[in-house]
Amino acid sequence: MTRWTPDPTFYPSPRDAAGAPAEKLAYVAAFDRSASRPDAIAVIDTDPGSTGYGRVVGWTDLPHVGDELHHFGWNACSSALCPTAPHPHVERRYLIVPGLRSSRIYVLDTKDDPRNPKLVKEISAQELAAKADYSRPHTVHCGPDGIYVSALGAGTGGDGPGGIAVLDHTTFDVRGRWEHDRGEQYLAYDFWWHLTRDVLVSSEWGTPAMIEDGVNPDLLLGREYGHRIHFWDLAKRTLVQTVDLGDEHQMTLELRPAHDPTKEYGFVGVVISVADLSASIWLWHRDGGEFAVTKIIYIPAEPADPAALPPALQPFGAVPPLVTDIDLSVDDRFLYVSCWGTGELKQYDVRDPFHPVETGSIRLGGVVGRVAHPSFPDEPLAGGPQMVEVSRDGRRVYVTNSLYGSWDDQFYPDGVGAWLAKVDVDPEAGGMALDPRFFPHGDEFRGLRVHQTRLQGGDASSDSYCFP
Amino acid sequence: MTGAQLAALAVLGAFHGLNPAMGWLFAVARGMQERSRRVLLGSLPPIAAGHLASVAIVAALVSATASLGAARAVGVGGGVLLVGYGLWRLLSRRHFRWAGMRLSAYQLAGWSFLMSSAHGAGLMLLPVLLRGPLPAGAGGHGGHPVAVASAGAAGTPGAALQGLAAAGVHTVAMLAVMAACASVVYEYVGLAVLRRAWFNVDRLWAAVLVAAGAVTIAVAA
Repeated sequence: MTRWTPDPTFYPSPRDAAGAPAEKLAYVAAFDRSASRPDAIAVIDTDPGSTGYGRVVGWTDLPHVGDELHHFGWNACSSALCPTAPHPHVERRYLIVPGLRSSRIYVLDTKDDPRNPKLVKEISAQELAAKADYSRPHTVHCGPDGIYVSALGAGTGGDGPGGIAVLDHTTFDVRGRWEHDRGEQYLAYDFWWHLTRDVLVSSEWGTPAMIEDGVNPDLLLGREYGHRIHFWDLAKRTLVQTVDLGDEHQMTLELRPAHDPTKEYGFVGVVISVADLSASIWLWHRDGGEFAVTKIIYIPAEPADPAALPPALQPFGAVPPLVTDIDLSVDDRFLYVSCWGTGELKQYDVRDPFHPVETGSIRLGGVVGRVAHPSFPDEPLAGGPQMVEVSRDGRRVYVTNSLYGSWDDQFYPDGVGAWLAKVDVDPEAGGMALDPRFFPHGDEFRGLRVHQTRLQGGDASSDSYCFP
Repeated sequence: MTGAQLAALAVLGAFHGLNPAMGWLFAVARGMQERSRRVLLGSLPPIAAGHLASVAIVAALVSATASLGAARAVGVGGGVLLVGYGLWRLLSRRHFRWAGMRLSAYQLAGWSFLMSSAHGAGLMLLPVLLRGPLPAGAGGHGGHPVAVASAGAAGTPGAALQGLAAAGVHTVAMLAVMAACASVVYEYVGLAVLRRAWFNVDRLWAAVLVAAGAVTIAVAA
């Protein structure tokens, strides 16, 4: 579909996007851990003036079972204004929704009935494997010239290499694998880019065999999960540089580059250090001609009574923070860090990215804390702030509580539940407060677990900009 | 070339120059990255050169080959090509991409050449190039298509040179409009204007190609 004028949700610069109107709806990936019912996209009303505010107001059930919906993304975004491949008259209307376990990719159309997106295409695991030799699709980004989807594993079996597949952004056919020369890159997870510098950055988790049955303690203590990040030439599609954070830093997951296209730095979260169970945030930045990484945030484990811990943590007598997601506000000012183990959402002022200042903290859930939401004080919560999504104007933050089916079961063996909380932020002074009116949870999600949130019109991790 | 032809070539050049996708937006992006007006202005000549090369190939070929006798065949054939190409542009949604954002001047010219060719920029000039001044013997059949070059010169290097001159006129007009758009957006208006004012030139472009083809066929047949 093409329009006569650019899609109004596209912005040439992050500064313009920060002035975007507030989202009216949020889309949340919800999955059935038992794989006996279909997964779904739940639609939440985020309009404070609406009677349905903070409630699930729509569902799209998928046709199969066992997909394990995880991350997803829009077909098109502000990168369509980039001058290398300008096509701003496409519409941001399709959600590209991968099944992390099934390797299927669904395309949902949100235009005609935004509260009940319609399934319009299904890419089979076989097509993804045949055309790109990948499986377990994970992160989706709308590139200037196509839709990029990272994948954890090779086309068949449970091993690597994982990498990036490219979908045609009009037909949604799988065009092929992105890499021309991957060098020694083998493990995959997240990726994003510095579009105007022709740089793509990718991170590492593990192959399907390393993660699908839960955290493998042998692999973890053997320091075999990913601990590097890779820098690629985005135009030539070749690996240029690999930086190792050190093998005690296991699982370099989420990558959040500065939105300002004249900047060349970004943040990467490390889930756990096998030295002391801490988590950390690192900054990548240009140091001369090459990229370097610097540890900028250290979050220690919290001692706990072993009796209160799940079996996996009892030998350690402590709760690791488990930083599993981070998100950077569109103005590059605040970095949000979710500590899924301790049940904490942290806010840092990162205007000076080398010297972050903690400006806010909220506790919800947690392996030991089980902190309740203030509006439902009698309901202890499992899980913790996990996937974080920040609105384009930086005033609202949404957090969901499930990490990954088999990992949920290890850290929250009595059930992780399902909840979505909204946090209000003062984008000038910083600080965070839970919105007492917004807490869909429990039965509202029909027994499904909730993973990632995407905001109607775009959010802080959906768009890339080519103009400062 | 007649005054009307020159005017038509210039107008088409201005139309190409208006389209942000044909280059000036790239110049603005480069200028903003480096926070430099000089980088912006310096990006325009390579973009214009690439466009000129794309258009000149078509213009020189048409001008050098179209004699009075061949004019009809070139007109009809070219018209059919134009209509077909225009329809393909209208219906095709596959996106063109050649390189990244960090380009040398040569790469930028190459990008512009490919972008112009992919948009059929040279083809769009066919109807103008094929409507030349009337040769003496054709007075009774006003409006017959003839090459830019006079009938006697058709098929000679001189005619091809005239074709190149036509492409030159077109490109100068384009460069002037590009420079104006890029400078106004960079200096005063800001990029937010793109969201409101960037109407879908590609659709219009394709429609113009179809219309130009139809006119060419009608005049030639």
